[in-house]
Amino acid sequence: MNIIVTGILLSGTYALVALGLTLQYGVARIMNLGNGETLVAACFVAFWLYTGFSINPLVGLLIIAPAAFAINWGIYAVALQPLVKRAKNRGQLEVDSILATFGLLFLMQGLMILFFGGEYRSYTFLAERFEIFGNAYGLNRVVAFVAAAIIAAGLWFFLYRTRQGTALRAVAVDPTSANLVAIDVARTAAFAFALGGALTACGGALLSTFYTFNASMGVVFTMKALIIVIMGGVGDVRGAVLAALILGISETFVASVIDPGLTLAATYGLFILVLLFRPQGIFGRAPT
Amino acid sequence: MMGLTPQETKSLGLGALLIALAALLPLFDDGFYLSISVNIVLYAALCTSWALFSGPTHYVSLATAAFYGLGTYSVGLGIELLPYPLLLLIAAAIGAVMAGLVGAATLRISGVYFVIFTFGLAELVRQLVTWTQTKFSTAMGLYVFTEMTESHIYWMLLALTGAVFLTSFLIARSRLGFAMTVIGNDETVARHVGIDTARSKIILFMISGAFIAIAGAITAPRYIYIEPPSAFNPMISFLVVIMALLGGTKRLWGPLVGVIPFTIVMDFISSNFPNHTMIVVGLAFLAIVYLIPHGVTGLLENAQARWTKRSAPAAVAEEKPA
Repeated sequence: MNIIVTGILLSGTYALVALGLTLQYGVARIMNLGNGETLVAACFVAFWLYTGFSINPLVGLLIIAPAAFAINWGIYAVALQPLVKRAKNRGQLEVDSILATFGLLFLMQGLMILFFGGEYRSYTFLAERFEIFGNAYGLNRVVAFVAAAIIAAGLWFFLYRTRQGTALRAVAVDPTSANLVAIDVARTAAFAFALGGALTACGGALLSTFYTFNASMGVVFTMKALIIVIMGGVGDVRGAVLAALILGISETFVASVIDPGLTLAATYGLFILVLLFRPQGIFGRAPT
Repeated sequence: MMGLTPQETKSLGLGALLIALAALLPLFDDGFYLSISVNIVLYAALCTSWALFSGPTHYVSLATAAFYGLGTYSVGLGIELLPYPLLLLIAAAIGAVMAGLVGAATLRISGVYFVIFTFGLAELVRQLVTWTQTKFSTAMGLYVFTEMTESHIYWMLLALTGAVFLTSFLIARSRLGFAMTVIGNDETVARHVGIDTARSKIILFMISGAFIAIAGAITAPRYIYIEPPSAFNPMISFLVVIMALLGGTKRLWGPLVGVIPFTIVMDFISSNFPNHTMIVVGLAFLAIVYLIPHGVTGLLENAQARWTKRSAPAAVAEEKPA
């Protein structure tokens, strides 16, 4: 029980990060391998706001999310749009965007190491007891989970109940046809990339309230997010949330029952199972 | 098998001559120049092995550090028990098995999965090795004491590079090489003419993985003390990708063009600006994608093509009046 609740609480932030990545890959068609660095950058900004200006991380989200949205829009417009225009086919864009986002990954990581150093950091926020089913959990974890759930619900509402969101989903399904029904595909893709960055940053800011972070841990989070996205099916919101739950619980299980040093192995175990049995994702349809 | 064209005989001879010349280096210097040459030859071996698979398939493999680390570890674990040459063979076998497993899981489906899988592979193997070590032994690291000097390592790496070149050359002439050319140009066509695409890719990846593991095994004595973070340093994978792409992967010797300048630049930066290496690597990736997507050899070939095009009409024009 303890493991399941801890796993679920952890999966809230995972889900946000993965939703960010799935928007970037599913709609904007950019496999953003620098996604984890966006998360780490948000951790540092939340840390900086809290320790330097004593701004509550939840209030900090109101600063971090719009800032991440604007920065990611900029990154897309400056660095990635030329690749989209240049690419002759999907495969070409995939290879190019992977290499370009490697560049961003190292650039961001290098800058963060330069500014914040390589040490592990954390801060104390809402470190109080909170009881669920008779077991005690950190209040900060519960608050982070609730905040993540609210943001994810907001995203769902946006995607499935508004015109903009429908346009986003249309581009995810088929950019060419979306273009035919008067959707500005380039703009929608940029918007999706920026929104994805903002979601990932929210995940990072929430993560920083209960997690010890350092400048070079981004890659592991990118890996987790990628596996959640594949497990859930690219561009699939329900799938990503469910996959995040599965990953969060199985990771917590391995960490508490076997060894905390093997969480990545647990992630990979799931990844291999998905690749062998459902490479199209939990809710995905088999490719024709 | 035989039946070399004069052109091929010439390239083979030239290659052998260059390796023989390079082998003379330790006779002249055993300090800084030898040390940086070991790095150059190491990355030459790694990049050509990498390009062996990633060149024709266009799949960006980031598994180099995993294979390399497995190679170093097999020497670290076995050096007290088994003769060194045998350990190199064991390293190759482990590399090939690992590549086979990764390939079997990912290469049957689209290429993105492969990239993602290899992206975290070094980290995964590092975690597993660390866990096994803390669980079953007390020490975190391993000592490798051998009689080998920098010169020996240099010569062995040089021989390995030669072997990788020869293998790529032979593969290019074999059925497998032909299959890879077809797959690289159009995978659907390849499947329609009856090529088992997944099998060809997996075999090629295994060969590449085995060579990278041997490179790790050869370099192991250089570290003296081996521990997971240094053996499975993910930076190795990324540097290999940059160097190979910088040179270009269409030609066999393409990666070499990237290896030599980039190793020197990285050596300079890591000794003078150690805090900026990440930024340089990031900028290098961006520069390659935006400015030289086909590598330096691609640039040269384009220039050559433009040159022949420009001179060809001129030749026709000259003939007309006659």
